[in-house]
Amino acid sequence: MSLFTDPRWSDALGHLPDYLGSHVRVSLAALALGLVISLPLAIIARHRPVMRSALLGVASIVQTVPGLALLALFYPLLLALAALSLQYLGVSFSAFGFLPAVLALALYSMLPVLRNTITGLNGVDPALTEAAQGVGMTPRQSLAMVELPLALPVIMAGIRTSAVWVIGTATLSTPIGQTSLGNYIFAGLQTQNWVLVIFGCVAAAILALAVDQLLALIETGIRLRSRIHTTIGALGIAALVIVTLAPSFARSGTRIVVGAKTFTEQYVLAALMSQRLQAASLPATTRQGLGSSVIYDALTSGDIDVYIDYSGTLWANQFHRSEILPREQLLTELKTALAKQGITLFGELGFANAYALVMPRMKAQALGIRTATDLAALSGNMTIAGDYEFFSRPEWAGLKAAYGLSFKTQRTMQPDFMYAAVASGEVDVIAGYTSDGLIAKYDLMVLDDPKHAIPPYDAIMLLAPKRADDERLRSALQPLLGKIDLPLMREANLRAAGNDATSSPESVAWWMWDRMKK
Amino acid sequence: MTQPLIRFSHVSKSFDGEAIKAVDDVSLAVAEGEFLAVVGGSGSGKTTLMRLANRLIAPDAGHITIAGEDVAQVDPIELRRRIGYVFQSGGLFPHMSIKDNIGITPKLLGTPPKEIAGRVDELLDLVRLDRTQHRDRFPHELSGGQRQRVGVARALAAKPRIVLMDEPFGALDPLTRDALGDDYRALHHKLGLTTIMITHDMTEAILLADRVAVMRSGKLLAEGTPTQLSESTDPYVGELLGTPRRQAERLQMLLPKDGAAPQGGAT
Repeated sequence: MSLFTDPRWSDALGHLPDYLGSHVRVSLAALALGLVISLPLAIIARHRPVMRSALLGVASIVQTVPGLALLALFYPLLLALAALSLQYLGVSFSAFGFLPAVLALALYSMLPVLRNTITGLNGVDPALTEAAQGVGMTPRQSLAMVELPLALPVIMAGIRTSAVWVIGTATLSTPIGQTSLGNYIFAGLQTQNWVLVIFGCVAAAILALAVDQLLALIETGIRLRSRIHTTIGALGIAALVIVTLAPSFARSGTRIVVGAKTFTEQYVLAALMSQRLQAASLPATTRQGLGSSVIYDALTSGDIDVYIDYSGTLWANQFHRSEILPREQLLTELKTALAKQGITLFGELGFANAYALVMPRMKAQALGIRTATDLAALSGNMTIAGDYEFFSRPEWAGLKAAYGLSFKTQRTMQPDFMYAAVASGEVDVIAGYTSDGLIAKYDLMVLDDPKHAIPPYDAIMLLAPKRADDERLRSALQPLLGKIDLPLMREANLRAAGNDATSSPESVAWWMWDRMKK
Repeated sequence: MTQPLIRFSHVSKSFDGEAIKAVDDVSLAVAEGEFLAVVGGSGSGKTTLMRLANRLIAPDAGHITIAGEDVAQVDPIELRRRIGYVFQSGGLFPHMSIKDNIGITPKLLGTPPKEIAGRVDELLDLVRLDRTQHRDRFPHELSGGQRQRVGVARALAAKPRIVLMDEPFGALDPLTRDALGDDYRALHHKLGLTTIMITHDMTEAILLADRVAVMRSGKLLAEGTPTQLSESTDPYVGELLGTPRRQAERLQMLLPKDGAAPQGGAT
């Protein structure tokens, strides 16, 4: 069947050393850090009821925070810390990727280890701890020679639980810039490439099972005092670390990192930029699936070197400006504002990807709706859907105020599902993106915005401060500026939204380059 | 009487504030080489008295001296390594082999492993367990009697002068109990030990010990040789002595004087 001959499998396999390696590194580092903190804490707290309940309480609360939210919280926290450290200690560190992911996951790993260590130690027969005292052991010797060995099975069960949790949750560290097996899942979800999603899930599950079994082997070895078991288990973990570290040693630090946000168009454009850089013999790599605010901060701090943003997004989100300016004027002002932070607005690509109210053409014609003004009169009985950020963005507030829009219900959806939802009538209107290829595919209509409530959203290429004067990079990417018009981008997005072998961002990027050369 | 090896002087200990007086103004002396049994029901304070001797707990009042030295002035860890302790139902560490259990105190004292191995074999002989058969096994693979023999071997490992025994034979079947008691009594003489044994069984106390002390509600009611005890006017002591007396009379009646037991002879 074509399922197995699908070239996307080999494409996915190609990323495996990088993704799996990063995933193992971040998971094991977090697990190790979690253990180093939790084990001593549990040992100290086991005979102190107040400290014990406080500790378990805090760990349980941490556990109730969704993994993605916990990871997201650590990013701004570290950003603030990094700023403080730079100001007072003169030392700067990256608040992006590895560090926040390790800290958040370590925190996440603590509950099972704490709980099982305390339960295990307190479950040791008091007759035996008294015997330990009676034969002349110090409290420390009693702990090391009697209590810990006897509690070991329970403690190891906790460690294994937390290992599986951490490896699973580490897939969510992709949006804060840590490469992981989650890259497959996020990319697959965004581009509707289910092969990638399945690949990522299976890889993460296999990794979790493998680590769990290796830990089980070590546990059996310690319990049966079998050197062979313990050695095989420990060697297995060591081998996993070495194998996954190897690619990162080989990688030079001078690679250009191309960033991409969390939607299809960004994946395609990042692939296009990478290909241009590689064609100019510049080593390039991509960091995909980054949140809107994360990606900008990452550029400022130099964690990524180049990415595509949209003028209106920066205007409203990054610079908190609410006035709507004409397109040219906004770009000029934006350029100045960006330059103040050391960022180069290299140029516009040639299309705009604005938010727009979108509904099926047939339905709009039937209801006589052409503009947002027409829609406002009927919106009281309608349902609108938008992406995860739309309803908290200033554009939505602007739209509502300008036209007096008031919908019966508003729903939040994964962007790629919105178009199908509006086409099938599940919702009446969506806040779509003007460059989306699905608009043509589903025969949807973009409603006019006569009051210009939505600012212009020109796609612009931004360069990190340290790349401002990099002539090789500039000349490699220069050919893309002004060459991508709306129809080209729409068709590229439509191709990338397909679910076949030619719909990978890389293939679509090559197709775009072919079209641009003509 | 020479200077006693162990002396309790007006020792008191309460738990839960002042609520429970576990040991109430007890004075008691144990001479070197003596075998003392402390008899009492549960809650009589007998176990507390013994735990005070090796500072598993500290007294509220009074002093305990060992060879004239106040135990409160001695490092408790060092003290416990000098005193053998046999626990109720063994107290063996389930994750350690028999040889590791026996050799634990010498190991804590920093004895070289080779020397420990030699000592372990010696002790296995002493408590009449087969060296090669038992050395590398684990406690759960042994019978109750064998486990308690290992418990005795462990207590003797660091060559203590004093052995404390907390109801050591209580959980064993009568035959094993009898054999183990006799074997221990022989060891006590052979090694010149000073032993304090806790028991609730007056018969066992009379058969094994040189002297018997009776405790009730934390107080020492009487102490002395069985003969001295039988002269006691205390009704509780009389009650305790009643059981072995009745058993003796009944056995006298049931067993022909010059014959073997009707069943279960030598096997």
